[in-house]
Amino acid sequence: MAVKLYGIAMSTCTTRVMTCLHEKGVDFEIVPINLSAGEHKQPSFISKNPFGQIPALEDGDLTLFESRAITKYLATKHKDKGTDLLRLDNLKEAALVNVWLEVEAQQFNPPISALVYQRMFSPLFGGTPDEKVIEANAEKLGKVLDVYEERLSKSKYLAGDFYSLADLHHLSYTYYLMKNPEANLINSRPHVKAWWEDISSRPAFRKAAEGMTA
Amino acid sequence: MALKLYGLPMSSYTTRVMTCLHEKAVDFEFVPVNLFTCEHKEPPFLAKNPFGLIPVLEDGDLTLFESRAINSYVAHKYKDSGTDLLRLSDIKEAAAVGVWMEVESQQFNPAITPIIYEFFVAPISGKTPDQAIIDASAEKLGKVLDIYEARLSSTKYLAGDSYTLADLHHLPYTFYLMKTPWASLIESRPHVKAWWEDISSRPAFKKVAEGMKFGEE
Repeated sequence: MAVKLYGIAMSTCTTRVMTCLHEKGVDFEIVPINLSAGEHKQPSFISKNPFGQIPALEDGDLTLFESRAITKYLATKHKDKGTDLLRLDNLKEAALVNVWLEVEAQQFNPPISALVYQRMFSPLFGGTPDEKVIEANAEKLGKVLDVYEERLSKSKYLAGDFYSLADLHHLSYTYYLMKNPEANLINSRPHVKAWWEDISSRPAFRKAAEGMTA
Repeated sequence: MALKLYGLPMSSYTTRVMTCLHEKAVDFEFVPVNLFTCEHKEPPFLAKNPFGLIPVLEDGDLTLFESRAINSYVAHKYKDSGTDLLRLSDIKEAAAVGVWMEVESQQFNPAITPIIYEFFVAPISGKTPDQAIIDASAEKLGKVLDIYEARLSSTKYLAGDSYTLADLHHLPYTFYLMKTPWASLIESRPHVKAWWEDISSRPAFKKVAEGMKFGEE
């Protein structure tokens, strides 16, 4: 029975999971959730994710939510298949992957998700981008990317000289950032720019990005 | 060579790691970092954590930061010692632990930290707590805790019927919340309250809580 992924093709968190599924060569069926009809707040979806957010994943009788937990599960279950995303056979490398996974979740994600929301998703719901929020978060994100620039001048990818889940988790939001003026935050930092060009050209991501038409 | 933990005994993130080390019965040397002299923003510390934040863990030539990553490493390396915090021998249980660790990180943490910051930290910098921020965060946290209440009415702990890292990660900030008027958010939800009383009475946390005297002089 194929894995079922509940979500939509343009959602950053859904594509985070899709990219991981492609990297591992795992078949899956996407089950669209109609956000504008409020399907994600209906009992049938809430029973899969009580927080009422996409994506959710069903693998047999196991139901998971939170995209970063889903990708870790997939990368662990299928560790010997496709790309080695967690480096589980090497305790030190695995530890560094975890550090940079947390950096994405705690340092990178808050400012970039605020930026992308203002630029891309607020207008979809009839709102106007808040320039003050954009400016404040662009500054925050710039400081985080200064650390990335330094890091990536010493290693090809974030956790070391190997592509890992830590790099993958950055793809979806950065893809949308690059469609906005704040792309300069990436383009003005040569090592970050080179890293972005590398990770965004991977076939697994290009496949997932086909649906990212927000 | 023992592990070295750099941080402060009242810091939420440092205590998150200390609790994990105690649960795993792992020896470590504690190295205080002087935040008041901005030691964490100076090059020697920045070489350990380029984001200039505590805690940092050194294990031989391996240097790690981000408390949740440090705990995952400790719980993996010492998986056969002390409490089984990650349930690694069962992929489904481990997956559930992963989910509720992300819930703490993505749902609970952003709702609780502004309350703790406004109540405890802002006054130290001479600022008045922003009631609007506190009220908005308390409302958000209430909604998250409603989900916890429903969850904990069917399982003893968040990931299932065993205590795991997912529960542990909630300890430090909730400890501080319980010293504020917003302790009511926990007290008014019977299953959340029972869960809190259980996890906060574990010896590994009680040991650490002795040093958590933020704002009490």
